[in-house]
Amino acid sequence: MQNLVAILVDGTIYFSWLFIVSLGLTLIYGVMKILNIAHGSFYAFGAYTAASAIGAYFAADLPGAGSYLVLLAAGIAVGAGVGFLVERGILRPMYGRDEIVMILVTYAAFLIFEDVIKLIWGVDPYLPYQPYSLLGRADISGISFAVYDLALLLFALCLGALAWWTLERTRQGKLLRVVIHDREIALAMGIDVTRMFTLTFVIGAALGALGGALASPGISVVPGVGVDVIVLAFAVSVIGGLGSIAGAAVGALIVGVARAAAVHLMPEVELFVIYAVMAIVLTFRPEGLFGRAAPRKI
Amino acid sequence: MRRDLTLPALAAALVLLIVLGLVLPSWLRFLLTIGLAKGLVAMGLVVMMRAGLVSFGQGLYYGLGAYTAGLAANFYGIDDAFLLIALSALVSAIIGTAIGAVVTRFRQIFFAMLSLALSMILYGILVRSSVLGSTDGFNLPAPSFFGFAGEGDAGRLMLYCLTVVVAIGMAAVCHLFVRSPVGVMGEAILSNEIRVEYLGASVTRILRQTYVIGAIAGGLGGTLVALATRHIDPELAYWTTSGEFVFVAILSGIGHVAAPLLGMVLFEGFRSFAFQYAPNSWQMLVGGAMLAVILFLPAGLWSLSKWKRRAGGQA
Repeated sequence: MQNLVAILVDGTIYFSWLFIVSLGLTLIYGVMKILNIAHGSFYAFGAYTAASAIGAYFAADLPGAGSYLVLLAAGIAVGAGVGFLVERGILRPMYGRDEIVMILVTYAAFLIFEDVIKLIWGVDPYLPYQPYSLLGRADISGISFAVYDLALLLFALCLGALAWWTLERTRQGKLLRVVIHDREIALAMGIDVTRMFTLTFVIGAALGALGGALASPGISVVPGVGVDVIVLAFAVSVIGGLGSIAGAAVGALIVGVARAAAVHLMPEVELFVIYAVMAIVLTFRPEGLFGRAAPRKI
Repeated sequence: MRRDLTLPALAAALVLLIVLGLVLPSWLRFLLTIGLAKGLVAMGLVVMMRAGLVSFGQGLYYGLGAYTAGLAANFYGIDDAFLLIALSALVSAIIGTAIGAVVTRFRQIFFAMLSLALSMILYGILVRSSVLGSTDGFNLPAPSFFGFAGEGDAGRLMLYCLTVVVAIGMAAVCHLFVRSPVGVMGEAILSNEIRVEYLGASVTRILRQTYVIGAIAGGLGGTLVALATRHIDPELAYWTTSGEFVFVAILSGIGHVAAPLLGMVLFEGFRSFAFQYAPNSWQMLVGGAMLAVILFLPAGLWSLSKWKRRAGGQA
């Protein structure tokens, strides 16, 4: 019983940042049909920028409560900025190429960013622990957990609700859904698809970096933080169905709980479990749990 | 139609490479060994890509081949290079047949993702099992060749020659395969799968056979690299390794089965020099080169060889 609660608590903690990161990935795929490997770099950029910003903020001896705002602002700003540069500079000349070629393009961008990050921040680890320890810990029925993680969970849920509301209830969201459904018809109906692409990529990249920024207080930020995150986010999006927000939520929950269960019950199978789930889901529902099957075109 | 000169050209390349191996300095020979061995994996991928199967998980067979050789050598004392190669080809073929039966039901991004997931499963197993060396992997003893001990420079020369023979031999096999009815039907599947079915051919069977060829090539490449570097670790099955193979396959172009051998040698050479002279920014150089190739040579490096002819023909 104790174990079960611990698994659920840890699972939901994984869920929070996995969901934020995967939301960006799945949005970009849904609209642009680009499986963005550079998403791992956005995550790393967010984590490093947040770490530097938090370090500078606490060095200046400002009130601790403001650090959460710094965390959010750093993540969103760097993600949106780098995302905009990538979309304009690297992706735009490549639009219309095969999906596989686009994966390689983002892979190349990812390799470049790995070194850019090392050149900017060096190879020493950063530990922006202050926002994490400031909130302290709490007990619920004997299980102790950090209040920061709970806040992160609430934030992730609010973000999910906001994304759903934007897509389903606003004009811009409706236009975006048209592009997701059929790019060519959207173009024919007079929707500025290129502008939609830029907007989507910038928002998606900002979400990736935000995930990194919000995760950074709980981890040590070292070179290569982005590499594992990509395949995890892939697993989440693929399990839920690429391009679906509800899918990203369910995928993140499945991966989060599976990982937590493995860590608590059988640590040897931690990585194995996630990809095994991904392989099983793909085998029986290749379009993911919430994806729509594409008709075969002749 | 022009006569197909591929097989004589491959035979000439075989002789040339072996003669080169006798005169080249050992670092360059090592580079060629690694380049050709990894080129085998990319070549298998090219054969698969001609039928539309772009796998982002060839690291599965690459790692499988390396670990088959490593386990057989360390736990069962098999150190004969020929035996190890035959063994890993067999293991790859069996695993490839089993996995191929499932994954060839999928296309495009789903196929790519499922192969990725499967290779990451192998990675996950290798990283966490202490029997298999965990994250550090383990070392291999020097291989022997029909009883001759493979120590020192003579052993490395032997391994180089063996790599050349396997690589060129596999190139010939792949060439004959893509020219065979099954290979040609594979190309037809890429352009229109449903019509191939209407013609009465079994898409599933063609794709399965193609997948097994790719698996065997991947396993052979992994074994040869393991024998050359004498060290194996789970990184061999990681997704970044698989990504490299896709890149080299696309860089080389799917125009010719031997192209990825050349492409991988160039790639390994480029990477070695980048690593030597810019140890902190070699990934940046590799990534930049990737973008340049994708942007300026959409059909791969091999398309350069046809450039002049095409220009002449259309003028």
